[in-house]
Amino acid sequence: MAAENRTAKAFRSKKEQRRYWMLLVALVALGGFASYGLLVYNNPIPIESSSFLPVVRRRLFALVAMIIAVICQSLATVTFQSITNNRIITPSLLGFEALYSTINTTIIFFLGAQALVSFSGMTAFIIQVAAMVGMCLILYGWLLSGKYGNLQLMLLIGVIMGTGLKSLSSFMRRLLSPSEFDILQARMFGSVNNADSEYFPIAIPIVVVAALILFLYSKKLNVVSLGKDTAAALGVKYQNSVIFSLILVSILMSISTALVGSLTFYGFLVATLSYQAAPTYDHRYIFPMSLAIGFLVLTGAYFLMYHVFNAQGVVAVIIEMFGGITFLVVILRKGTL
Amino acid sequence: MLKHNDNKIWTKPFIITTVVVVILGMISLFTGVYDIRGQADGMAMFFITRVPRTAALMLTGASMSMTGLVMQLITQNRLVEPTTTGTIEWSGLGLILVYLLVPSPTLMLRMTGAIVFSFAGTMIFFLFLRRVRLRSSLIVPIIGMMLGAVVSSVSTFVGLTFQMTQNIESWYIGSFASVQVGRYEYLWLIIIIAAIIYIYADRLTLAGLGEEVATNLGVNYNRIIICGTGLISFAVGIVTAVIGNLPFLGLIVPNIVSMIRGDDLRTNLPWVGVLGMGTITLCDIIARTIIMPFEVPVSLILGTAGAVVFVVILLRQRRGR
Repeated sequence: MAAENRTAKAFRSKKEQRRYWMLLVALVALGGFASYGLLVYNNPIPIESSSFLPVVRRRLFALVAMIIAVICQSLATVTFQSITNNRIITPSLLGFEALYSTINTTIIFFLGAQALVSFSGMTAFIIQVAAMVGMCLILYGWLLSGKYGNLQLMLLIGVIMGTGLKSLSSFMRRLLSPSEFDILQARMFGSVNNADSEYFPIAIPIVVVAALILFLYSKKLNVVSLGKDTAAALGVKYQNSVIFSLILVSILMSISTALVGSLTFYGFLVATLSYQAAPTYDHRYIFPMSLAIGFLVLTGAYFLMYHVFNAQGVVAVIIEMFGGITFLVVILRKGTL
Repeated sequence: MLKHNDNKIWTKPFIITTVVVVILGMISLFTGVYDIRGQADGMAMFFITRVPRTAALMLTGASMSMTGLVMQLITQNRLVEPTTTGTIEWSGLGLILVYLLVPSPTLMLRMTGAIVFSFAGTMIFFLFLRRVRLRSSLIVPIIGMMLGAVVSSVSTFVGLTFQMTQNIESWYIGSFASVQVGRYEYLWLIIIIAAIIYIYADRLTLAGLGEEVATNLGVNYNRIIICGTGLISFAVGIVTAVIGNLPFLGLIVPNIVSMIRGDDLRTNLPWVGVLGMGTITLCDIIARTIIMPFEVPVSLILGTAGAVVFVVILLRQRRGR
């Protein structure tokens, strides 16, 4: 009995484990219910009509975009919080959205509208994501390595760069002609209902692979989340693991940003709820829970807002607001930063 | 009690800097599309738009950088200023709520809203800092900016629900383009604030040493903190209502001054004020000339250049440690 207690099990008791699985199943069921609702509820076209399927297909695309966003944001946030050893921080702080808009603005600014219009499709998507990941890697790899490598400094510089790039791209946009500005505006407006399904064939495999790697990497993450010194003492190459995880995080965040635009506090909200629902250190259990919760939050919010409260425009903002308020409550309850 | 024998203000470098700033002001006066010497009403236009604009620039520059300095003193953190504590977002929320409650609010009302909210917001942030134990000083601006993001998501929500996003947009991009006679006079109040900061300089420095030290030295800590926050919110609220959002000014100017001169609030204050004036005037001249005959909002130039300077300051600190 005593020996059993001393082993490093993922859960403290059988009861907690059972509770975890029940919660997971319930959340997935609810999320599935909400997404089913999103697909077919309140479809104005009768099922016999020939336009029934196109409507469902359009809704299906939105749902796929949501699922991609859920995977990206949930996994990226949990991983990021583990490697920073800090549960009040989100990777959206690193300025991905600003980077994305700067890349697009720079293209139209220097090469003209024609270039931006022809710069679309798969290659463009890959180039954009690669550029974002590359920039992050150069910057954060450089900031984290070396004698003075410091995670908090990296974060702060990320935040400041985000603000600076936002100003820079907004400044360049001012110099564009109105027609160029229109083209750019249409490009930059990302949301789940506006996600370009053309990118799905490339986005989905990348996301799935990145997610799988993260799952396989869970055991390392368990150790890394103990902090630099402990992890090093346990024989993990801390810096390499952090940089490797950061690569995955930046890939996931870049894809999510390029597809559905920015979500600042959504990932934070999901991660915080997951820690509550999965009382364990083990990422093999936290990751599935975060996916289930993220799925339910996003589909549930969209379903409620579309079909119950009839407030289409504000879904993302409401999720952000709840996430933000959760953030404040968590800081005040926690007491340390 | 406290003497400043060896700290004269009117030294040679300071005089030179002041002269440079005055020259910048002159350039600012004569920058613009309207031909003030050729046209018949040139002189009138000069006094209606150019003079107010330059005055507004000077006042805003001095106040925002001095505000940053006071905030840094109170929190004992070099990286704190109205942008990195959410104060500016709070005053934006105040503005939006005033627009919501009163159909077409006067400038006075808008200013009051902005001041009240930035006071409340700054106090909330300070309370946060006192309640929460910190592992690193770098985390403070991160939390402040996240707090700001929360507040601005609330503003966006209010704006979307009541169809006022245009107000938020135009507020968020601070510009001096609309400054003219009758629209900026409240900025003169800032001179009073600057004077009060100057008088309270020593006490603010003491408060910056922490509650226990300050109390031991015979200073009423809480009162000083509240006064300081009040001063900050007045300056930020006025600037927000009249001009808009001006990022990073309060951070870069005091940091550069203390990098060159070390830390003594009373002799640094004039430097911070003058350099703040010079910085924003220079940025505004660039903003006005870069796409003549149009102009870009000065906040965009400040945001871009300010971010670069901020990062350089951070990296220098890293090397110094």
